Amino acid sequence: MKYKRDPKRIREVLGDKIQFILGDMACVYGGLLAGCSFFAGYPITPASEVAEGMARLLPRVGGTYIQMEDEIGSLAAVIGASWGGAKAMTATSGPGFSLMMENYGYAVMTETPCVIVNVQRTGPSTGQPTLGAQGDMMQVRWGTHGDFEAIALAPSTVQECMDLTIEAFNLAEKYRNPVCVMTDGEIGHLRERIVIPDEKELKIINRVPATIDKEKFIPFSNSQIQKNSKVPDFPTFGTGYHTYVTGLTHNIYGFPATDKQKDHQELVLRITTKITDDREKLTMVEKLYIDDAKIAVVTYGATARPAETAVEMARRKGIKVGMLRLKLVWPFPIKEIQNLASQVDKIVVPEMNLGQIVHPIREYSEGQCEVVNVPKVGGEMHLPHEIFKYLEGK
Amino acid sequence: MAIKDFPIEEYVLPGSAACPGCPATIALRIVLKALGKKTVMIVPACCTAVIESLYPHTSFNIPVMNIAFEAAAAGAAGVEAALRKLGKNDVTVLAWAGDGGTYDIGLQALSGALERETNFIYICYNNQIYSNTGIQRSGATPYAAWTTTTVGGKKEFRKEMGDIIRAHHIPYSAQTCISYPDDLYNKVKKAKEIEGPKYIEILTPCPPGWRFSMEKTVEMGRLAVETGVWALYECKNDVVTFNGKSRLILENKIKRVPIEEWMRPQGRFKHLFVPKKDVKRIKALEEHIEKIWERYRKYYI
Repeated sequence: MKYKRDPKRIREVLGDKIQFILGDMACVYGGLLAGCSFFAGYPITPASEVAEGMARLLPRVGGTYIQMEDEIGSLAAVIGASWGGAKAMTATSGPGFSLMMENYGYAVMTETPCVIVNVQRTGPSTGQPTLGAQGDMMQVRWGTHGDFEAIALAPSTVQECMDLTIEAFNLAEKYRNPVCVMTDGEIGHLRERIVIPDEKELKIINRVPATIDKEKFIPFSNSQIQKNSKVPDFPTFGTGYHTYVTGLTHNIYGFPATDKQKDHQELVLRITTKITDDREKLTMVEKLYIDDAKIAVVTYGATARPAETAVEMARRKGIKVGMLRLKLVWPFPIKEIQNLASQVDKIVVPEMNLGQIVHPIREYSEGQCEVVNVPKVGGEMHLPHEIFKYLEGK
Repeated sequence: MAIKDFPIEEYVLPGSAACPGCPATIALRIVLKALGKKTVMIVPACCTAVIESLYPHTSFNIPVMNIAFEAAAAGAAGVEAALRKLGKNDVTVLAWAGDGGTYDIGLQALSGALERETNFIYICYNNQIYSNTGIQRSGATPYAAWTTTTVGGKKEFRKEMGDIIRAHHIPYSAQTCISYPDDLYNKVKKAKEIEGPKYIEILTPCPPGWRFSMEKTVEMGRLAVETGVWALYECKNDVVTFNGKSRLILENKIKRVPIEEWMRPQGRFKHLFVPKKDVKRIKALEEHIEKIWERYRKYYI
């Protein structure tokens, strides 16, 4: 059966507009709404529910679910499906994410649009499979070898698991890069109310297909259709464009150029700057009481929830505290952090790891204010007072 | 050896967090009785990794390395090489993995270790699903069975792992089932005495995974053998010998029980019986099993 995104059918399958569902399931909903027609996955706690949900619902909208033999195969199949023309997605957790790292780099190098949901759990290694963490925030940025740019989103609510999965597909399609939804065991296994957006509220972006004369087509250069875009037009397999896709360094024609310094530099600069050029456009932050703040909590993902309570506690005591929540962590919102650092005396960074995103925050605050790391590991979220004590002046 | 003659020593101690009726614990208890104290165990992600060592207990009475999902056979190969270098030739290296860790993610490492003639025993306890992560399909899941990722029933037949193993021409491989403890014990004991790579697969009917009542574990294993869904055999130096009831089925001395008898008590096949009997799919599985036995008869009589 040929897949065509059918908004009516998708909503029939999803059911009621307002539902009380699991965070993992909200990622499934987001995928279906975005037009995902292929999912390949492998069982892993706490992400299995994404695969299970896709196994149930994806065939009902005409899509394909495959359970692979491991996570290496999962991402490889997703990359293959993307070149076959599908919007494709996988979901995993730490150990599986580690196994995906080689193909993650392959997707970057071959500019393959795809979405990876990482329901983070504590690590390293097997860690605490049923408990949440934010320990893969640097892995998503630096985990595969070589130079690349990551795009990573961090939902704080079940609603955002859905919304940001849709956004992940949009960014993947727009920039032709793998996009990671960095949720965690806390949000993934949380049940909350969600509101499914109407079709007219949705913004769906699809990759720009190659339409130029086949003889003139250049597969790995700036777009030949869009003005000023470093993102090449997509020559879906089977559409007649002769394309050679490789993880080897390739020139603009896609041919391996493994001994050419210039070709490698040009390629890597294009696939990184196609994202960083848009850094400010991509920035997605939520601000709370920032205007007059002297202390700021910078947070993302599940940790934003106790952080928000801590900020409210501080405000009730008359302390001028604000909160900046990063919905998109990578590419890093440099300007936002620079501006914030010039305004406040102190930035407090609670994270469910031993300190990861605190590092770019420290780097881009450029010594303008104090940056304090509030780490917590072991699968438990921060309690509001554990963050609050850093907001009380001392 | 008869059950009453099994060694009295226990290597699976109290403190196991297994489900009631868990076949993996039954199997492990017998296997370790057969192997004895001088055993090092390598366990990838699987039920055993969790249930036998859930805080604050560890029910293993031997050294255990709980390793990454894909790595059991490779990790065991390292342990084996190091032990032999130290002259410790009397220590048995046992890799103990589930069907997910054997049929799927661990197949590459297993094949490599068999080909390199690693002197170890690899045991796959096969419960035909990923139980530890909540009942997803594996390469060992039978046709038409429900799992959380095959909601209408699995569309494919299970992988014939025995054939893959025999293609490596290792000195010893065997299939057994927890319902026949003497068969299991004897096969493990035999493997222990043989030099080189050994592979044993144990069918372990899982009550929550197969959706049957916990007191029926042994019965489900017996039915699997009597219906021919599972065969008891061993292969020594490329010579295959069938054991017990499987031998009688092979030699046409008894008829296989219809597979319905095995399927009906299992909730994972419920959709084939309720609300209406799915004759087509039951027949498809029955014919598939018969074909396997025809092949067995052609090659192994």
